[in-house]
Amino acid sequence: MPRIEGVAGQTDDRTKLLIRRIIAYTVLIILVFISLLPFYLLIINATRGKVQTGLRFFPESYLDDNIKTLTSDSVKVQYGSVVRAFLNSAFVSVSVTILSVYFSALTAYAIHVYDFKLKKAAHTFILIVMMVPTQSAAIGFYRMMKNMTVFGSNGLLDSYIPLIVPAVAAPSVYFFMIQYMSSSLPLEIVEAARIDGCGEFRTFNSIVLPILKPAFAVQGIFCFVGAWNNLFMPQLIINSLDKKTIPMILQVMRSNIQGNPMAADAGLMNLYMVIAIVPVIVVYLALSKYIIRGIALGAVKG
Amino acid sequence: MKKKSISYAKWGYIFLIPFVVVYIIFALIPLIQTFYYSVIDYTVSQGSVASIRQPATTGDNIIDNGFCGLDNFKAVIVDNGIFVSSLKNTMILWIIGFIPQIIMSLLLAVWFTDIRLKLKAQGFFKTVIYLPNVIMASAFSLLFYSLFTRDVGSLDILLGHPYMLENVGGSRTVVGIINFMMWYGNTTILLMASIMGIDTSLYESAQIDGANPTQTFWNITIPLIKPIFAYVVVTSMIGGLQMYDVPVIIGGPTGGAKGVLTTLVAQIQLGKNSSVGKVSALSVLVFIVSAILGFITLKIMDDDTVKTRYGKKKKKKKA
Repeated sequence: MPRIEGVAGQTDDRTKLLIRRIIAYTVLIILVFISLLPFYLLIINATRGKVQTGLRFFPESYLDDNIKTLTSDSVKVQYGSVVRAFLNSAFVSVSVTILSVYFSALTAYAIHVYDFKLKKAAHTFILIVMMVPTQSAAIGFYRMMKNMTVFGSNGLLDSYIPLIVPAVAAPSVYFFMIQYMSSSLPLEIVEAARIDGCGEFRTFNSIVLPILKPAFAVQGIFCFVGAWNNLFMPQLIINSLDKKTIPMILQVMRSNIQGNPMAADAGLMNLYMVIAIVPVIVVYLALSKYIIRGIALGAVKG
Repeated sequence: MKKKSISYAKWGYIFLIPFVVVYIIFALIPLIQTFYYSVIDYTVSQGSVASIRQPATTGDNIIDNGFCGLDNFKAVIVDNGIFVSSLKNTMILWIIGFIPQIIMSLLLAVWFTDIRLKLKAQGFFKTVIYLPNVIMASAFSLLFYSLFTRDVGSLDILLGHPYMLENVGGSRTVVGIINFMMWYGNTTILLMASIMGIDTSLYESAQIDGANPTQTFWNITIPLIKPIFAYVVVTSMIGGLQMYDVPVIIGGPTGGAKGVLTTLVAQIQLGKNSSVGKVSALSVLVFIVSAILGFITLKIMDDDTVKTRYGKKKKKKKA
């Protein structure tokens, strides 16, 4: 951006600018400190003992003990196996991510590439349903899953189907995909593939999907993070301990503290929370550029 | 044999099938059922939950007294019913988090985009302030909960036992702080994108005319980012209506001190297998409020000025 120096009262201006800069950096550094403090505390507290009085800013030596406690049998009875919870969360989140991005891309492709009567209507419909919060249908969803009988099982509660399959219809991901296609997927490519005798479905899978990779990256991250952190839906559907996802286990821990604050093992809890946030932090730090860009993009587009 | 020109229209329909089928089964039918239950006197009585027309019975009994008109709505609205009380709770929590968030975000967005200020390491700052947003809200909240737990939490001890989570103001403040921390980075980036769409020549001419940063902010930035500002407020409200994780971890199933952390969505969890009819009525009301807000969002997005960032710059003369 071009910069214009002040003409009159230059020195005065410079001092003012310097002061503003100092204020800006100070506030930013304070904010950085505030934003990072919770993570720092989590990591430090994970190395501390069962009873933690006051804040500490340097690691202590209880990490090994906490890991041992975490994998001990008594904790397994209370909170289930941590490996199991981790795998449950991973399974649900990865499935949701794959289904959302793949089928949203397919839906967007249908509307972007083909001409058919209901094209406009379908697009408008998806935009409208994008505005419906899933929570407002949650009670009907719960009752339906409770009463639905599939393969002789008594209802779909306490299974992963209601958590995973609905990801196929993700209106906001669709919206992003169609915006992306209209800017980066020329129809000539599709036509060229047709001339070469490529089937429609194969064109999508082997020619269009690679072009959409950047869009997949951005939306994939958001889907994964959303599913990994989700508490509401699993809470609605899952009951048994060995099927619970990580956020649900954290909630169990919370109610145990309330039940008996003196018996709460703070080191163990903090270690569990560190495990809960590590995958997301790793993904975030590796791909933060795309994420930051994605937020602004998503904003323009909804 | 194939004709010369082939119609590919059927493929459009075929590719739409998965989305449409899944949407109908897992979203549309549940939504219709929710509307249906909202006018039915339907309760799963577990010994304590009374239906509209019948007192509670023992055991896991389903009481279905059929159509009851708007009785469920009356029950959740009149006399500080669950809709009114939890809407109030939700809005208060939202406001406590949103006001500091929008002020801080505006300030940061203006600083980040200031052509004279030229802040360094913007990428680093943005990455860090957005970080809390991707973190599991439940973990974030559990950390705060454990820090403020009565008598054993580090901060409760450090601050001389304020028992923050046991009084109304304290527990609301904690939820507000968490919401602020989680969302100000997101809002900053949204507002920044909008400010960057403003024609820089406007700022340059203002500078030559001798306008100070405060004047520039109120007379150029604010009027030009109004649409995005409105968008941020409305979408944040929609998000606020769905608030669940933070208050439920801080307040527990009973909603903390005097139940002030029981949000709208928490009511759905509480009533999913008991007062189905009433909770459905509440859901329908949430749906209506969200629909109105969603409609406003779509209207704002249609506004031409929002499209400034696509590249079509729309210059507005300074009033």
